[in-house]
Amino acid sequence: MSLTPADVEKVARLARLAMNDQELQAAQTQLNNIFGLIAEMQAVDTTGVEPMSHSQDLAQRLREDKVTETNQREAFQAVAPQVEQGLYLVPQVIE
Amino acid sequence: MIHSSLTQLGAALRAKQFSSVELTQSYLDRIAKLNPQLNAYITVNPEMSLAQAREADARIAAGKAEALTGIPFAQKDIFCAKGWLTTCGSRMLHNFVSPYDAHVIEQFNKAGAINLGKTNMDEFAMGSSNETSHYGIVKNPWDTARVPGGSSGGTAAAVAARLCAAATGTDTGGSIRQPAALCGISGLKPTYGVVSRYGMIAFASSLDQAGPMARSAEDLALMMNVMAGFDERDSTSLQREKEDYARDLNKPLTGLRIGLPKEFFAEGMGSDVAKAVEAAIADYKKLGATIVDISLPNSKLSVPVYYVLAPAEASSNLSRFDGVRYGYRAPEYSDLADMYEKSRAQGFGAEVKRRIMIGTYVLSHGYYDAYYLQAQKIRRLIAQDFVEAYKQCDVIMGPTSPSTAFKLGEKGDDPVQMYLSDIYTIAVNLAGLPGMSIPCGFGDNNMPVGLQIIGNYFDEARMLNVAHQYQLATDWHSRAPQGL
Repeated sequence: MSLTPADVEKVARLARLAMNDQELQAAQTQLNNIFGLIAEMQAVDTTGVEPMSHSQDLAQRLREDKVTETNQREAFQAVAPQVEQGLYLVPQVIE
Repeated sequence: MIHSSLTQLGAALRAKQFSSVELTQSYLDRIAKLNPQLNAYITVNPEMSLAQAREADARIAAGKAEALTGIPFAQKDIFCAKGWLTTCGSRMLHNFVSPYDAHVIEQFNKAGAINLGKTNMDEFAMGSSNETSHYGIVKNPWDTARVPGGSSGGTAAAVAARLCAAATGTDTGGSIRQPAALCGISGLKPTYGVVSRYGMIAFASSLDQAGPMARSAEDLALMMNVMAGFDERDSTSLQREKEDYARDLNKPLTGLRIGLPKEFFAEGMGSDVAKAVEAAIADYKKLGATIVDISLPNSKLSVPVYYVLAPAEASSNLSRFDGVRYGYRAPEYSDLADMYEKSRAQGFGAEVKRRIMIGTYVLSHGYYDAYYLQAQKIRRLIAQDFVEAYKQCDVIMGPTSPSTAFKLGEKGDDPVQMYLSDIYTIAVNLAGLPGMSIPCGFGDNNMPVGLQIIGNYFDEARMLNVAHQYQLATDWHSRAPQGL
């Protein structure tokens, strides 16, 4: 299996990564090499094997439903690229 | 002073042989002198470090010192530390002064330890050579034409060059053990869930684990006593009894069963590495251990499995970097989507983008079962191999890395070659087991070789005992690079 230029372009778009043609071409070669490495997996018979998402098979802990976080808006917004009156600024989304 | 163990430094500080301010200043002077050559630190902030040192001296004077009070440690730049620039090796976080402390940082602060600075690393911990850092490559203190390993390469170089008493690292596929091996120091990746991931910038959440890197197993044990512990802010932090990781250091090794996986001693390992590792095994026999031949038949699949699962988790974790709430934002853009795409394209480096794209692809519609689910199934087979193996042995040993430190730029153009350098370490993360690397000799070009020790779940105290007894009988761990 190998990725076509259209596949790579689609993945870049899904991943929200701007790429020019040269970058897409380089990515295609490298991704195909990496998928060559990964292909080894496909030959393994995993019938009946339960997928392992995590090394500790634990249930999620529950906690009391109470307020634990304090308001630190100013501290958090001090590191934001653009804020105004306590709000994060982004380009206009809704006309 | 710079060659002293944490135990010696703590005792000297409490006996007022020198102050924490003096000790901290002497490390800061060393960093100022040597860091330009090594690039082990991204950020040092003498004012903040010395302020902590003055507090530590007051605490020592008040008779309230703990084991690590007043001792200067370096922190990998993946840990958020309040008031400190925290970059994770990326341009994306070039201006991120953290508004809060990671749990690990809090634990060191509570112990009265000094934060000496933030160490360089591969960008978002993705790399095995430290060459993917946005802040320049780190040089191996044993030979500055060679890599220190990665991703905790800045930490490994700083510890080896005595630019701190000891330091922290994180390990997703070998990022503590491999640089420890390549720089001739000791490093421990604990059982998954033992050290909180809160405030540790996420790479692959089901694999990431923080741990100590130091010059001896004894030092690692003292650091584990501070770093380990339940933290409710990490949903996978384990609720366990507090333990003293130094409790078994002095036990004899008589009767210890060491498993040697045949797959780790097959083709692929350099002959210089094999020689040093085999000599270490022979030393263990002299210390009373017995050898058991074991097999980890699925371990050869750990690299492909890892390069599906880790990028999948990373592509999800790194979606938070969008140029809105923190981090880099592109200077010019046309609309919101363009702002995301340009901020991410300019903020992330090539390796990070590569892994985000692999992850995005394997999680996308139509490929999920073939890649992601298949990888999770094989992950279970890999973990079960270890369960079987530990029926016959107490610890598993082998090489940490197939070769000693390679030359800067040697594997730069070929991601696949770089990925294969983690072949012995990755299975441990997939299984969630504890693993460590300790120095066991020197290979070609006089570069350090690491011995990997893999333990059963929660068996860190025994592993530290196994490492410490070897370090009492040998002196590889106390060798220091010349000319620094």
